[in-house]
Amino acid sequence: MDAFMKDGLAGDTITFDLASDPVRALNAELHDPSGKVYEVLHPAGAHAVAAGIDRGITVDVRGHAGYYAAGMNDGGIVTIHGNAGTGVAENMMSGTVRVTGDASQSAGATAHGGLLVIGGSASMRCGISMKGVDIVVGGSVGSMSAFMAQAGRMVVCGDAGDGLGDSIYEARLYVRGTVGTLGADCVEKPMRDEHRAELAELLAAADLDHDPGGFRRYGSARRLYHFTSEHSGSY
Amino acid sequence: MCGIVGLHLRDAELYPQLGRLLESMLCGVVERGPDSAGVAVYGDTRRCPEGYAAVSVLLPPGADTSGLSLDGALVTPAGDTTIVAAPIDVDTLVERVRATFPTAVVIGSGHDLAVYKGTGHPRDLAATYDLAEAHGWQGLAHTRMATESAVTPAGCHPFSVGPDQCLVHNGSFSNHATIRRELEREGVRFDSANDSEVGARFVASRLAQGEDLEKALLALRETFDGFYTLLVTSADGFAVVRDPIACKPAVVAETDAWVAMASEFRALAGLPGIESARLYEPEPGKVYAWTRS
Repeated sequence: MDAFMKDGLAGDTITFDLASDPVRALNAELHDPSGKVYEVLHPAGAHAVAAGIDRGITVDVRGHAGYYAAGMNDGGIVTIHGNAGTGVAENMMSGTVRVTGDASQSAGATAHGGLLVIGGSASMRCGISMKGVDIVVGGSVGSMSAFMAQAGRMVVCGDAGDGLGDSIYEARLYVRGTVGTLGADCVEKPMRDEHRAELAELLAAADLDHDPGGFRRYGSARRLYHFTSEHSGSY
Repeated sequence: MCGIVGLHLRDAELYPQLGRLLESMLCGVVERGPDSAGVAVYGDTRRCPEGYAAVSVLLPPGADTSGLSLDGALVTPAGDTTIVAAPIDVDTLVERVRATFPTAVVIGSGHDLAVYKGTGHPRDLAATYDLAEAHGWQGLAHTRMATESAVTPAGCHPFSVGPDQCLVHNGSFSNHATIRRELEREGVRFDSANDSEVGARFVASRLAQGEDLEKALLALRETFDGFYTLLVTSADGFAVVRDPIACKPAVVAETDAWVAMASEFRALAGLPGIESARLYEPEPGKVYAWTRS
């Protein structure tokens, strides 16, 4: 980035071209921003693009991002116009991360809050250990998604792979298509009005217009996460 | 971690650019394994002219290749690797090299294949191999972060143990010792203690029985336990398989002009026409295979 761009007035779009600017310079600027709106060109699969944002700035990444894009996001509005590599929005605290294409493994892993929208499909382990994030996937998710999901909501408009919600705690999962298999302690649960209402809100937030009535809900049978007294004689 | 890249060209107009494209792909995965790198190129007539066989070999220090006494031989030194080509059949050439240099390690052989191995930074090795000037129709490369055996040229991938065959591996096999014993009982000989060599020997054994790459890799999936993304090439094929829980990364890109595979997208970002390529991650446990048309 040249000095002119760096000194651009707040409200102007500040552009970084990763064909020449290092990711570290981009992220240093995003961590201490002089503007509010950023555009990132030629990411070319670089890792950690726009990671560690801690305020409500807007970042548009034009192209495919590598690992951990928008990781740890806390308030930023980040859109990746392309695909994202492993761990997009991992450990997000708040804000919004959108991926217009597909996401690789572990999208939204361990994220505490905010909204992650994946327009295409997400690979395996989507939402692994999610702790409060909302994840909406326009396509399908791979196997072992929502593994040990503790809190938050996951919406899958396509299909889910095997082992969905294995060892799940209190996250709520909504799937429109088929589920390969359910993981240990994950069960289908009835869709009540409050579930249809929260699903409608999540779909609207992701600019999707599916009928909430076409989804099924899955969650924890709560059989795994307490010590059961009948086992006490085993020790 | 390790880095894998491979490029299978469909458009012959790109053949002169194979080496340059492969070098840029290799440099895109350097951070995944900067201790050593191996490369294989199919169809580089600078190394293996039409009608020749070529043997890629790690010779002992000070070896004098004039001792091979081969008429019409073409010898190309490239760092630790030497490529010896001659207008004779492959088996005879391999035997001649082994007989002349009993301590040499043959790292590849065939009618169309040059294999390079060495230790050091992959970017420097690409220069040592003169990769940018290579031409051909298919190639693959591997950057290594060693876990199972020493950082030596012999420990580099690809493992090329059958004619015009190569295998590169990101991951580790856990039951390789058992499979090695079974293969040894069938008469298969091993060059190293490396787990990936067992995978390569297994595939070579299947191909020798008449199976194609897809069938051989389906059998590998049923037999091997562990973590793997594999790229396997043959005299006319290019195939990718990941373990059933996809522990190791892989991205495939396809256009009318080429099929490419890499550990990460960033290795593919410089390919011509990548903007409109069909991009996808191979599904866990599924074999993807392409054949030269």
